[in-house]
Amino acid sequence: MIIQVIAAAVGTIAFALLFGVPRKYYMTCGVIGGTGWFLYLFMTKRMGMTAVEATFIATVIVVLMSRFSAVKERCPATIFSVPGIFPLIPGGGIYWTAHYIVLNQYNMAMESGIEAVKAAFALVLGIIVVFELPQKIFKIHMKEKG
Amino acid sequence: MEEKKTEDSRVLEATMKAGEILLQSGAEIARVEETMIRISNYFGVDSKEFFVLSNGIFVTGGKYSKEYAKVRHVPVRGAQLEKVVAVNQLSREVEEGKHTIEEVEQRLEEIDHMSGKSFRSQVIAAAIGSSAFCCLFGGGTMDCVAALIAGFLVQIFILRVRVPYLSKITGNVCGGALVTLVCILCYQSGIGENLNHMIVGSVIPLIPGVAFINGIREIADEDYISGSVRLLDALLGFLCIAIGVGVMLGLIQRITGGILS
Repeated sequence: MIIQVIAAAVGTIAFALLFGVPRKYYMTCGVIGGTGWFLYLFMTKRMGMTAVEATFIATVIVVLMSRFSAVKERCPATIFSVPGIFPLIPGGGIYWTAHYIVLNQYNMAMESGIEAVKAAFALVLGIIVVFELPQKIFKIHMKEKG
Repeated sequence: MEEKKTEDSRVLEATMKAGEILLQSGAEIARVEETMIRISNYFGVDSKEFFVLSNGIFVTGGKYSKEYAKVRHVPVRGAQLEKVVAVNQLSREVEEGKHTIEEVEQRLEEIDHMSGKSFRSQVIAAAIGSSAFCCLFGGGTMDCVAALIAGFLVQIFILRVRVPYLSKITGNVCGGALVTLVCILCYQSGIGENLNHMIVGSVIPLIPGVAFINGIREIADEDYISGSVRLLDALLGFLCIAIGVGVMLGLIQRITGGILS
């Protein structure tokens, strides 16, 4: 599990570079990506939650962290949230769907396809919920801190 | 008054430039509009209208008459988030009164010509990212090595073939197929045990992440036109990658008579 979390952090940083995030934000991106994946793993493996629920909660946390970092660093939240969310995209689900379609196993394809779509909706909902929060909340937090 | 007129046009020209850089580099519509309003407000342009779509900016304005009107087409390009950060920073500084209009023009020009990450570092990042994602989806050490190779090759394909020559649709289908082919070759030559993890990991560099997130945010912001365009762009991306992978898997399955299941 630790290796996977480190892999998530490294992967997040690699994609931060690909999207042209400035170098000084790499660490923050890595921490956010790693935390998101850790939460996802912890919730699915240890707490027995479904992938959909875990995706939602992990996304909410990732985007929250991105917005806090954005206020702190005075830069757009996108640069943290985009790489941070990458591990949570249901890439596996999409792949399995294609795989089963090729093998003509339509029931299985249906199952993994719907599962992937559900996870994607959880992701979308998580992003929207946090981005709808007013900017003020994040600034108040800053004042308390400093 | 004559001088004031050119001044307004000049500010709006710079504003347009800032908006263009932001839009091209992957900022969401609300941010583009907000930045444009900030800059032009600071320099005292009173009556102006901005209309921003996902691939175009419309500006009219001018204090004394509507002498400035411009439409600019902004093609969707790859994400360059450092430019977004730079313009964002500039607009903050403008609001704090740190820059004259000449300086703003100059800074924008610099930001526009900011070089992105080098070819080499992008390819290395994609390779490392692919193998990290392969590990994260549960692949073993050798699977990660295969994903490293596939991610390396697919990023070269993206930068040298897809971006200059291919449309997004063809590019993603070919990219997905290429990844699958490389992974199967690795698998057949004994590198890696889980073909699936290898493919899922190394397909990641193709995924249009910025378009996806921006699309969602714009829909949430009720910028439905731009949001749906971007979301369509992203979903089409996912779909095409899946088609590419599927076609190649099917082809190999047919040729070899079943290495998959």
